[in-house]
Amino acid sequence: MFIADYSAKNIYDEMFSNEGFPRKSYDFVKTKMESLGGIELLKRSSSAERALMSLGITFTLYGDGGEQERIMPFDVIPRIVPSEEWISIEKGLKQRILALNLFLNDIYGEQKILKDKIIPRDIIESSTGFLKQCIGLKPPKDIWIHITGTDLVRDGAGKFHVLEDNLRCPSGVSYVLENREVMKRTFPELFEKLTIRQVYDYPYHLRSMLENLTDVSDPVIAVWTPGVYNSAYYEHSFLAQKMGVYLVEGSDLVVENHKVYMKTTKGLRKVDVVYRRIDDTFMDPSSFREDSLLGVKGIFEAYKRGNVALANAPGTGVADDKVIYSYVPKIIKYYLGEDSIIPNVPTYLCSEDSDLKYVLDNIHNLVVKAANGAGGYGMIIGPKSSKQEQEDFKELIKADPRNYIAQPVLNLSTVPTLISDKIESRHVDLRPFILYGKDIYVMPGGLTRVALRKGSLVVNSSQGGGSKDTWVLG
Amino acid sequence: MLSRVAESVFWMNRYIERAENYSRFIDVNHQLSLDLNEEVPNQWLPLVHTTGDYELFAKKYAEPSPVNVIRFMTFEEENPNSIFQCLSKARENARTIRENISTSMWEVLNEFYLYVKDYRKLYLETNGDHGDTLSMGLSDFLSTVRKSCQSFYGCSDATISHDEVWNFALLGRFLERADKTTRILDMKYFILLPSVHDVGSTLDLLQWLSLLKSASAHEMYNRRYKKIDPTDIAEFLILNDTFPRSIIFCIQEMQEALEKISGLKEGLPRNSAQDATTVYLNRLRSENIKSIFDKGLHEYLDDIQIELNQIGSKIVERFFTN
Repeated sequence: MFIADYSAKNIYDEMFSNEGFPRKSYDFVKTKMESLGGIELLKRSSSAERALMSLGITFTLYGDGGEQERIMPFDVIPRIVPSEEWISIEKGLKQRILALNLFLNDIYGEQKILKDKIIPRDIIESSTGFLKQCIGLKPPKDIWIHITGTDLVRDGAGKFHVLEDNLRCPSGVSYVLENREVMKRTFPELFEKLTIRQVYDYPYHLRSMLENLTDVSDPVIAVWTPGVYNSAYYEHSFLAQKMGVYLVEGSDLVVENHKVYMKTTKGLRKVDVVYRRIDDTFMDPSSFREDSLLGVKGIFEAYKRGNVALANAPGTGVADDKVIYSYVPKIIKYYLGEDSIIPNVPTYLCSEDSDLKYVLDNIHNLVVKAANGAGGYGMIIGPKSSKQEQEDFKELIKADPRNYIAQPVLNLSTVPTLISDKIESRHVDLRPFILYGKDIYVMPGGLTRVALRKGSLVVNSSQGGGSKDTWVLG
Repeated sequence: MLSRVAESVFWMNRYIERAENYSRFIDVNHQLSLDLNEEVPNQWLPLVHTTGDYELFAKKYAEPSPVNVIRFMTFEEENPNSIFQCLSKARENARTIRENISTSMWEVLNEFYLYVKDYRKLYLETNGDHGDTLSMGLSDFLSTVRKSCQSFYGCSDATISHDEVWNFALLGRFLERADKTTRILDMKYFILLPSVHDVGSTLDLLQWLSLLKSASAHEMYNRRYKKIDPTDIAEFLILNDTFPRSIIFCIQEMQEALEKISGLKEGLPRNSAQDATTVYLNRLRSENIKSIFDKGLHEYLDDIQIELNQIGSKIVERFFTN
């Protein structure tokens, strides 16, 4: 079955060069896996699955056979990012977060970037992520984006690009940590020989970043989850547990005298910092969506008065609007005077007439996405769609051009992946996690998501994607 | 701690304790039925009465055959107290409070749940309608259930701080246990009723013995008393203050847990849950088995259950709703 039969032609493969030789960073892993042999590899793969099952790292599928609990598919062949490449990714990510934060400060403040006509005002004002309630707001330490998960992809030539920024409630970091634990159990010999940069201290970085948001000594910190039915609930409780902080639901919180309290067995207790994993507009029915059942009345006002810190700050969504994404290189240039280190994927804006015409004429060659879509919903992949689907989607675009962007179909890089009992190539992306507190911390590696269906470019877990452990060596 | 979390911890432990007790009930009854063969035809019905789920059972099943009762108490989805349902709910509670418990506790409980779930699936697929194969695997299954409950307790004891979370866990566990011990004792009431001249017969002794076994009290009872005697057994299960399944022991534990949660140590005013427990404990301490039998054992056990329910609602009122 093994790697000898593996081929990845006309594509950038993370493990093999086009000539079929293993890349230097993969040398040891390839040799080791070959010496283990196919049967041993399968055995270890199923023991890794069992471990994930008994840890309960599962999600629930509702379908024909009733409820089914599944683990997030996990592939045991790691994805390796060579350290020299990582150095520039890390620099590029820091640069990006720094600039996006200055951008948020500016557009909710003086709006210089709009006055200087770098970004058209109507693009900002029409963004669903732009909350006019946040205008004039000064978050603690002037930081808006505390936790980011930025999606990176390699193009056909192997160059990294930013595919999108996730600045609201990016998820997946718990899988990074759990995958690593399982990999250490499954392939101890690889960890003995290689120097793999560790990730286990992420929750400590997260906690100290959250502590940094308040001047209260020994602050009460809570992770705010929409509840046990949320698909990322596992992660919310995982992070609360690892940080040793409270996990709260909206109904556990109450605001009195513009201060936030949680309901405890000994009465109300003040909360100082909230890491919220709930969307902006659901947070507070008195300031945003009135119909929110998950929210806490008055929490936004308490935040504005500086009585509670929120991470990420409300209003950050405007900076991960996919239309505004296309302006990020300009944003970096404007605030930092630098060229962006990690380029964007070329993007067409349907709100601009010439781009719109191009998109409508070439939809069969493009990926078109809704500006605020996520999870692989609200998008079309031109080459994989039928004529009818393309026509239907064109109507959607024409009805609301502001809401759509298009990008060329990227030939995402591949990594060898164990598929039933064979090793085949599958497309991957990469989501590193970045924390902005006293300093900016970039987790070495991140979540590698794998499109498990043959040929598929969609890596989202909601669309049948899986994950791999990501190793930064040295 | 959060009120919601306290409530979930409390219930998680009640469900685990309930599952453990159910597995004892079924197992002992199963063993007893093997000894008695055809002698006592309605061996299984008292069990359903004891657990207080007769109405639900009668709605679902035509007759109290061994297969039906076992199925109802172990795997029935519509019985909120079946072992399967207890485990599902214990695990769901654990899932909502994972950040408050240790990973190893969660792992024990999760694997336990997966085991019961898989076993149930297998059972429903292979021998849902006749009892032969079920009977063969039953003891092993029930014994695994009991051991898993024990390892959950052991693991809790050894891996989480003995703070408020822990004390709410004890509260749930001992409240449930006290309730189940009253029901175990009461089982004899349902079995015994048929005829008075059986008293002292082999059958009678066998039944009292099985009752002791249901409470895992057999060995400890023997160390304390020399022969099987109803009065001694009742005394042991109600008033022995060192045996961990006796009613007085459970209430002592509850009182201590309540003291730690909200008692003098915390400098908080006493509350009604605490007061009710203390008052009741003092009352128990002043009783003796003779006065209990004078009142009538069944009536006395009914009283305890009412008392326990009242303490339970005071706990809910004081800590879980605000």
